[in-house]
Amino acid sequence: MNDAQGGAELLHAPLVIEYGFMRTTGPVIGAFLTGLREQRVLGIRGADGRVVCPPAEYDPTTGAPLSDMVEVGAEGTVTSWSWVAEPREDEPLSTPHALALIRLDGADTSMLHVIDVPGPDSVRTGARVRIRWAEEPEGLITDIACFELLEA
Amino acid sequence: MSTDSDRSISTLPDGLWTQPQPTVPDLGAAEPVQRVRMPAAMVYDYSPGRARTRYLRGLEHKKILGERCPSTGEVYVAPTGVAPVSGLLTTEQVEVGPKATITSFCVVHIGFGVNAPPTPFVSALFLPDGAAVSLYGTVGEIDYDKVRIGMRVEPVWVDDDELTTSSENIRYWRPIDEPDVPAEQLKGHM
Amino acid sequence: MAPARDVAVVATAQTDHRRALPELSEVEMIQPVIRQVLDAVGGIGEIDFTCSGSSDYLAGQAFSFVMTLDAVGAYPPIVESHVEMDGAWALYEAWLKIQAGHADTALVYSYSKASPGDLPKVMSRGLDPYYYGPLWPDSVAMAGLQARAMLDAGTITAEEMAQIAHRNRTAATANPHAQVSGSPSVDELLAAPMFSDPLRRHDLPPISDGGVAVVLAAGDRARAWSDRPAWIRGIDHRIDSHNFGARDLTTAPSIALAAQKAGLAGAAVDIAELHAPFSHQEKIVRTELGLGDGVEVNPSGGALAANPMLAAGLIRIAEVADRISAGTAGRGVAHATGGQLLQQNLVCVLEGE
Repeated sequence: MNDAQGGAELLHAPLVIEYGFMRTTGPVIGAFLTGLREQRVLGIRGADGRVVCPPAEYDPTTGAPLSDMVEVGAEGTVTSWSWVAEPREDEPLSTPHALALIRLDGADTSMLHVIDVPGPDSVRTGARVRIRWAEEPEGLITDIACFELLEA
Repeated sequence: MSTDSDRSISTLPDGLWTQPQPTVPDLGAAEPVQRVRMPAAMVYDYSPGRARTRYLRGLEHKKILGERCPSTGEVYVAPTGVAPVSGLLTTEQVEVGPKATITSFCVVHIGFGVNAPPTPFVSALFLPDGAAVSLYGTVGEIDYDKVRIGMRVEPVWVDDDELTTSSENIRYWRPIDEPDVPAEQLKGHM
Repeated sequence: MAPARDVAVVATAQTDHRRALPELSEVEMIQPVIRQVLDAVGGIGEIDFTCSGSSDYLAGQAFSFVMTLDAVGAYPPIVESHVEMDGAWALYEAWLKIQAGHADTALVYSYSKASPGDLPKVMSRGLDPYYYGPLWPDSVAMAGLQARAMLDAGTITAEEMAQIAHRNRTAATANPHAQVSGSPSVDELLAAPMFSDPLRRHDLPPISDGGVAVVLAAGDRARAWSDRPAWIRGIDHRIDSHNFGARDLTTAPSIALAAQKAGLAGAAVDIAELHAPFSHQEKIVRTELGLGDGVEVNPSGGALAANPMLAAGLIRIAEVADRISAGTAGRGVAHATGGQLLQQNLVCVLEGE
């Protein structure tokens, strides 16, 4: 019998949790991702006529089912951004970059993505950016490799 | 909104369950994306806490260490640090077993997972002598159709040079030459 | 609408929150807290319903909450439920159970250990899996998007953000459970380099291990257990869109709506405990709640002083209840949030008699 509080050196070990999910896209997200694979970006017209991009099946405000998918531009405007000084594994860019909300031309809502810029002084809200496409598209949001500034 | 008579959930009000069918600009002859693979892996640095550390340290020395409830006196193994009936912290370590009694078993004909033994095999619950609850493991050195509740067993450990702080130190449990424990003596432990 | 039954918080307890408690498993960490509130009311036999809040993604383990039920003493079997949300929502479920007449008393607890994983990365698994998840956006940079939107819109300044951080962490010096307490001056905070531009380190909450437990009771049961129960006068929760690009990030209308439904405007409050993990978010919550200048905000130091995920919201309710029961406050409001960027919000109005 021992005093259970007696201190043996604490154990610890790496634990890797891996989720190998295969997700069904449904027709709206599926069309959007199909478009990305073809280097085209689709939004969807909301109940009030606004274009939601990336597209949602239901209006983000009213919940009404949406159906009218429209093409938007591959260039857009930064609506907000923050600086990622030390990117983690799995992020789209391994170098320091901006995380940003970007409103593509023709859309009324913003897309979350990253901007490849050298430093926080190079980006600002309102900056114009364009899509840099991935070399091997697979029908994922990462078919957009990142955004880059239209003019340095 | 039309009602789909085929839908399995028929109590939903109209309009609550609709599948959007969007009109989509012509994207050429592209095969539409319908499914996406989204693997995600995350790495944790897991620590088992005080009680499980004590238990795993014991296994490294081929000792099965339970912990006693300060209220009921029951000994729980593998310990979590808390006695599940009283909710109190366990404070006293007690060596149990290694001899044990089978309290339940299952003959497995379809194994899954990379570590599953060849089928058929027997997974079972083993009540170590002196413990209130059972440990999980597999039964070896006996035909699967000879295993029974009440059977007396002992653990078969890995070689001494392979001992680690792991439950895998017990390869399996094997029968020993002792009379079965009558089922009524196992009441409350099954 | 006034609740059908008078329900009060009658006992609370919380851990000392720390960056890492590797020596304790989750059940070892939360057991003393559960024990403390159960001992205050006479044990689990007095409890009709138990509800907990925790997250498997943080624990790295499926159905992890089952392990912590050992600390409740769940045998003979108890009536039990769990939410994969902050414990404030577990409290809401328990409150509903009591309102429905299915229980007179309830144990509510929540906890997490963020230390085993990489929290800003783990948090990304709670986002939209098609559009956001594959980008693995870290939760600090996400919060930065909201702060930037406020700075751009002129609804906050970097000075105000530093003042909020300074005020919370200075208040935390009186909180024995706080993980981070005390603060350099606002000028010193503003002189620090950016951590995730526009956020400086002081704008971020700490990463915490910890937990909290409370007991709810109705009517005379509450009066029997507490000299001054903290009565729940109203409670409601609402949600804003998860589509952050379709939201005005400088506001959180769900907070104002929840406050309205909870009857916050019915009478003035003395104190407010706001679950605003990032400094700028306190401004949004405060504005949406319409709190006047006379309200003492976050006397505990708030989530900037200790931010155990899944518990920091319920802790806000416990902090308000403690002050009402101690007689130092008459009426208070607690706010809890879930998700990122103040996506989901709960408002609870508490009052003494």
